[in-house]
Amino acid sequence: MPAAPATAATELYRSMRLIRGFEERALELVKSGEIVGGTHPYIGQEAVAVGVCAALRPGDLITGTHRGHGHVLAKGADPRRLLAELAGKETGLNRGRGGSMHAADLGLGILGVNAIVGAAAPISVGAAWSARRTGSGQVVATFFGDGALNQGVLLEAMNLAALWRLPVVFVCENNGYATTMPVATSVAGSAAGRAEAFGIAARSVDGMDVEQVRDAAAAVVSRARGGDGPGFLECMTYRYGPHHTMEYRLKLSYRPAEEIARWRERDPLGIQGARLAATDRERIDRQVAALIDAATEFARSSPAPDPAGALDFLYASGLRPRAGAA
Amino acid sequence: MTWLSYAKALNRALADEMQRDPAVCVFGEDVQAGIAGLTLGLYKRFGGERIVDMPLSEQAFTSMATGAAMTGTRPVIEFQIPSLLFLVFEQIVNHAHKFSLMTGGQVAVPVTYIVPGSGSRMGWAGQHSDHPYSLFAHVGVKTVVPAMPSDGYGLLVSAIRDQDPTVIFAPAGAMGVREDVTAELTAVPLGSARVHRPGCDVTVVAVGHLVHDALAVAAEIAGEVSLEIFDPRTLYPFDWDALMSSLGKTRRLVVIDDSNRYCGFGAEVIATVAEELQLIAPPRRVTRPEGAVLPFALELDRAVQPSRDQLVAAVRAVMK
Repeated sequence: MPAAPATAATELYRSMRLIRGFEERALELVKSGEIVGGTHPYIGQEAVAVGVCAALRPGDLITGTHRGHGHVLAKGADPRRLLAELAGKETGLNRGRGGSMHAADLGLGILGVNAIVGAAAPISVGAAWSARRTGSGQVVATFFGDGALNQGVLLEAMNLAALWRLPVVFVCENNGYATTMPVATSVAGSAAGRAEAFGIAARSVDGMDVEQVRDAAAAVVSRARGGDGPGFLECMTYRYGPHHTMEYRLKLSYRPAEEIARWRERDPLGIQGARLAATDRERIDRQVAALIDAATEFARSSPAPDPAGALDFLYASGLRPRAGAA
Repeated sequence: MTWLSYAKALNRALADEMQRDPAVCVFGEDVQAGIAGLTLGLYKRFGGERIVDMPLSEQAFTSMATGAAMTGTRPVIEFQIPSLLFLVFEQIVNHAHKFSLMTGGQVAVPVTYIVPGSGSRMGWAGQHSDHPYSLFAHVGVKTVVPAMPSDGYGLLVSAIRDQDPTVIFAPAGAMGVREDVTAELTAVPLGSARVHRPGCDVTVVAVGHLVHDALAVAAEIAGEVSLEIFDPRTLYPFDWDALMSSLGKTRRLVVIDDSNRYCGFGAEVIATVAEELQLIAPPRRVTRPEGAVLPFALELDRAVQPSRDQLVAAVRAVMK
């Protein structure tokens, strides 16, 4: 029986379900030791990446954060190759050279997620500057967390983008915490206020509702593409899980359980799932579960990189560095 | 005879590459006015879309160049003072330099960073007088220190065409040098050394402006000892074959290097040579002192820079 034609609502749900399922599987593989180095789970924040990427065209560009699996998947990356990357396999997006915090797929416009908070913003401005120079018509969306609001380089990047009216969409994923530090004790003023200080139109939206995020992003993307300059979107969201999986061992308690429970009541998958027929929802859930299983099998069965190639790709020019021992 | 100044050679290399490749653009402070000399006349010729004046946001515009380079632009960044490289070390080392490996070869970041007037400018004090080329060589960023106008031209051309991030230090002490360049100026490959003066007793590895001091010393003591003046031109990657070939003849080594002594560039040269061949005498380094901060007063500034007298003493020590 042919599948029913996809609608925007089902595709938004599918993409979020994929991220949720991927992240849950990644947690299992961290626990089993198949993923070393841990992950920064995106669980709870899915509506942000999916809503923003739904407003982009395939040729548009993104940069993301250390909590970046959602960004990469929402922009269309192959979950098999992302999981293989997390597992350090040669078939990974980055051939096992980047891991969780550096996943990139240039062919899909994913310039890379970046492990240094705020650091991707000026890189995105440069990509937008190239797009302007060549007249490519591309828009660049850059994701960052509330922690980046206190990084000078983000403010410098907003100034440059605003000065030259570059097609950049600044997406602040305000999940309430920079690692363990609450926004209330770290951010003077506001996220939107920082953007407005540079003359960048800013909006704060419910980051748990993917359609709200998509609609707000679509307006910002459209203005940026039309030459009206950058926009700023603050998405109010929450991560249900730890900052990083090492927290499971540390048993930290910096957030009240009631707070987590309160946010879970507004789960982005629940909100979007309620807009779908139950049969569609269940079908997607089954399809995604099969996809995650296939990705796991792919990652597990893929070869590890050859240690002899540990410094392959260090130089794009092909320069081979001297070894560490004669 | 056609005399070309070092500053003009860099300016000409940049103009020639901008003419040849429309993807080459310059980002920097006051580059439209051309205050550092490197971009003089280029704004008029290429316009503000390619000679881009930047606000004082070095960290952002350095990473902006990275993003632009990942998407088809070939930026050249001019830093007016060498210590700005400390400010953007994160952007160059932790991002631009690492992206090729971390993406499994998906990305090239062809950015050239150039400091016209690196090292001491005599009297510019602690925050304008550094020469941090050893730091970039240490982390593996391609590092170039031309001594001669023709090499300044040829190495800047090669750096711009290269697929990797490359830092060029144009020493303040060499900016006034003029060279007879009757031959056509051409690209000089990265990683290739140049022997300026052949000799048979001691190989002197001299970096940047110190090449000129070494040549002066070689002439001054020619009756006493025969010095081979070896200019690596590119500090990383280094032309080890050429150095080993020179040392195969002299078996004596002195390095004169404007780095701080500890973990400086000269230490790497001596360590590698010590691993690979037996010298007649222990090698010597002439460098800035360990941990040096350049003091302001001219007498103090000069006191911490490598000097010709120190070089003569080092040569005599390895000849004992």
